[in-house]
Amino acid sequence: MASASSFSATKFTQPLPLNGTTSRSHDKHQSFFDPLRTSPSSSSFLGSTRKLRLSSASKLKLLANPNRRSAVVAVSDVVKEKKAKSTTNLLITKEEGLVVYEDMILGRAFEDMCAQMYYRGKMFGFVHLYNGQEAVSTGFIKLLKREDSVVSTYRDHVHALSKGVPARAVMSELFGKTTGCCRGQGGSMHMFSKEHNLIGGFAFIGEGIPVATGAAFSSKYRREVLKEVDCDHVTLAFFGDGTCNNGQFFECLNMAALWKLPIVFVVENNLWAIGMSHMRATSDPEIWKKGPAFGMPGVHVDGMDVLKVREVAKEAIGRARRGEGPTLVECETYRFRGHSLADPDELRDPAEKAHYAARDPITALKKYMIENSLASEAELKAIEKKIDEVVEDAVEFADESPHPSRSQLLENVFADPKGFGIGPDGRYRCEDPKFTQGTAHV
Amino acid sequence: MTVRDALNSALDEEMSADPKVFLMGEEVGEYQGAYKISKGLLDKYGPERVLDTPITEAGFTGIGVGAAYHGLKPVIEFMTFNFSMQAIDHIINSAAKSNYMSAGQISVPIVFRGPNGAAAGVGAQHSHCYASWYASCPGLKVLSPYSSEDARGLLKAAIRDPDPVVFLENELLYGETFPVSAEVLDSSFCVPIGKAKIEREGKDVTITAFSKMVGYALKAAEILAKEGISAEVINLRSIRPLDRDTINASVRKTNRLVTVEEGFPQHGVGAEICASVVEESFGYLDAPVERIAGADVPMPYAANLERLAVPQVEDIVRAAKRACYRSVPMAAAA
Repeated sequence: MASASSFSATKFTQPLPLNGTTSRSHDKHQSFFDPLRTSPSSSSFLGSTRKLRLSSASKLKLLANPNRRSAVVAVSDVVKEKKAKSTTNLLITKEEGLVVYEDMILGRAFEDMCAQMYYRGKMFGFVHLYNGQEAVSTGFIKLLKREDSVVSTYRDHVHALSKGVPARAVMSELFGKTTGCCRGQGGSMHMFSKEHNLIGGFAFIGEGIPVATGAAFSSKYRREVLKEVDCDHVTLAFFGDGTCNNGQFFECLNMAALWKLPIVFVVENNLWAIGMSHMRATSDPEIWKKGPAFGMPGVHVDGMDVLKVREVAKEAIGRARRGEGPTLVECETYRFRGHSLADPDELRDPAEKAHYAARDPITALKKYMIENSLASEAELKAIEKKIDEVVEDAVEFADESPHPSRSQLLENVFADPKGFGIGPDGRYRCEDPKFTQGTAHV
Repeated sequence: MTVRDALNSALDEEMSADPKVFLMGEEVGEYQGAYKISKGLLDKYGPERVLDTPITEAGFTGIGVGAAYHGLKPVIEFMTFNFSMQAIDHIINSAAKSNYMSAGQISVPIVFRGPNGAAAGVGAQHSHCYASWYASCPGLKVLSPYSSEDARGLLKAAIRDPDPVVFLENELLYGETFPVSAEVLDSSFCVPIGKAKIEREGKDVTITAFSKMVGYALKAAEILAKEGISAEVINLRSIRPLDRDTINASVRKTNRLVTVEEGFPQHGVGAEICASVVEESFGYLDAPVERIAGADVPMPYAANLERLAVPQVEDIVRAAKRACYRSVPMAAAA
């Protein structure tokens, strides 16, 4: 039995559920179907006016052994509230807690500022905000080393920030200034930072998954072929519920498991793909189940609870680092805003939004830290103030930064600019010093 | 040396010189390559560097791109470029555009290679030419060899190149033998990207072609020579960047141009060459540019129809004569 590679239930004991409820079911909501039923035959076509709820999502559903695909090992959620006198069974130390809190506050404050800037015309095009999902980004990325890679989608600002890209660089990029992390050439949906190993930023859903799988492949290749023995870099691929119906997702689940690549597939299931509800689009909405079908563990976690996400992330990242292969983690989360700043967000039920707003990961962590005496109200407020200043500074910096110069238009198309070919004078175009001063006609 | 051996030796030498180079694709390993281009490589370099993939073009192409982001040098083989359509999002969006979107932080030293264009009797879905598809995209380099010298030199250049390269081979050329000099056989031999080769000098009409059509153009030139027309045949080698300098210099010499390609005519390579010549050498043209391309129909299966759908030597001869006002223009380009 491959128990060594299975998730052990003991790793997941948690003293306190953050929101004071042990399950996500709410009496106020009627359940129209229970996704845990293996044959939801009564779940007819679900229109978007139905209220969505998922049952007992605070349990971690683990598949311990990929060979026992039908067995679902549910971690006990019998947790008694403990008045924590000591910190021995807390999930986080004070230092870690403050780091995590600050990162989530940064993510939230930054995105809120983006909305303001967009409506003032400083930001343009497609902007997709991450409000509400901070627990996933922080929970996972704060456990990574700098050499680990993160691949994201168009909803990538907060992944960039969590990975360490300075707020100034991200804001400038969004303003389209030359001081942006991609010199203004990428934009909101294409954040790249080689220094921080943030390798995208992709607009096509599903596109990042094979790229992430390739990054994981390169880590394994370096270790085994190039003999860089301590190369244990892990890659995280972030993507949404809509992507989980896309072909490339399945192709990569297959190959990652086949070649035992050091990757974690992190599903940010916020239940909506623009206006398409996950329930309307997916034959079996429990995404975590798709992992075991390909021979890797599938885990479901409450993505509104950063401490739970962190625990799952530790195990999944650890697995990958030890060379035990990939994991599929489904984080149930929610975006408080529309799909993008252009989305009127008319299809989502206000009651659903209120339900998740009450489970704001930042509020929850704050409560946890205060109740467990990890930090005082004042300390947390100080962090919030500090972040406000960071974000203000980022805006000022971006505002004052110059727009790209005209010559930048033709730069960076190729790593080897001879790719622009030979000009009419018989020499390579790029050798002409006036080349980038001209028009785009090459 | 056959084109097949030229490609095989180029892959072998580049893999030997740089351990970051690896080959990935369907049947490249144990099957020795669908067209035996990668014969012997699995035995020599092992399964970690010659990877047989499941049938997942989008997946493994993206994996190649992700590996290239981190500095490895993948060679991704498509069994034919028709299958690249399942992966074209990665070729264009995550490979070609990434150096630009990341402002130079992330270059993508990847090669996508495989047979392109028509073969023999393989039907509509296996006969499409993708030269103009990929050549329209900034950030890509698109190469198409003809001879063994081209195959060796261009593939080596492609693998060493820090940018994404689409390498369009031709299945029917794999078995053809070409003489090669000692220089070509040297392991450091490379052909520069972006330079066309004048295969045959002439003074009356310029004929541009790439891949298999170069052979046809050369045969047409022989026939034309007997009729007193001296044709200059240019082997493009590089579709993107196009060697506009060589083409224009030749047209300024001969004053007449015939472009030849196997692919579909609309928005094809010939269209781009014609535009380039009209823009830069209009005053030098003594006749309208003649464009020879494949028939504007999905490739039929029947052998006689297939022959009609692909340019033949006679078509090139006729076009050259038209350009030299030696025959009556035809009503419809065929």
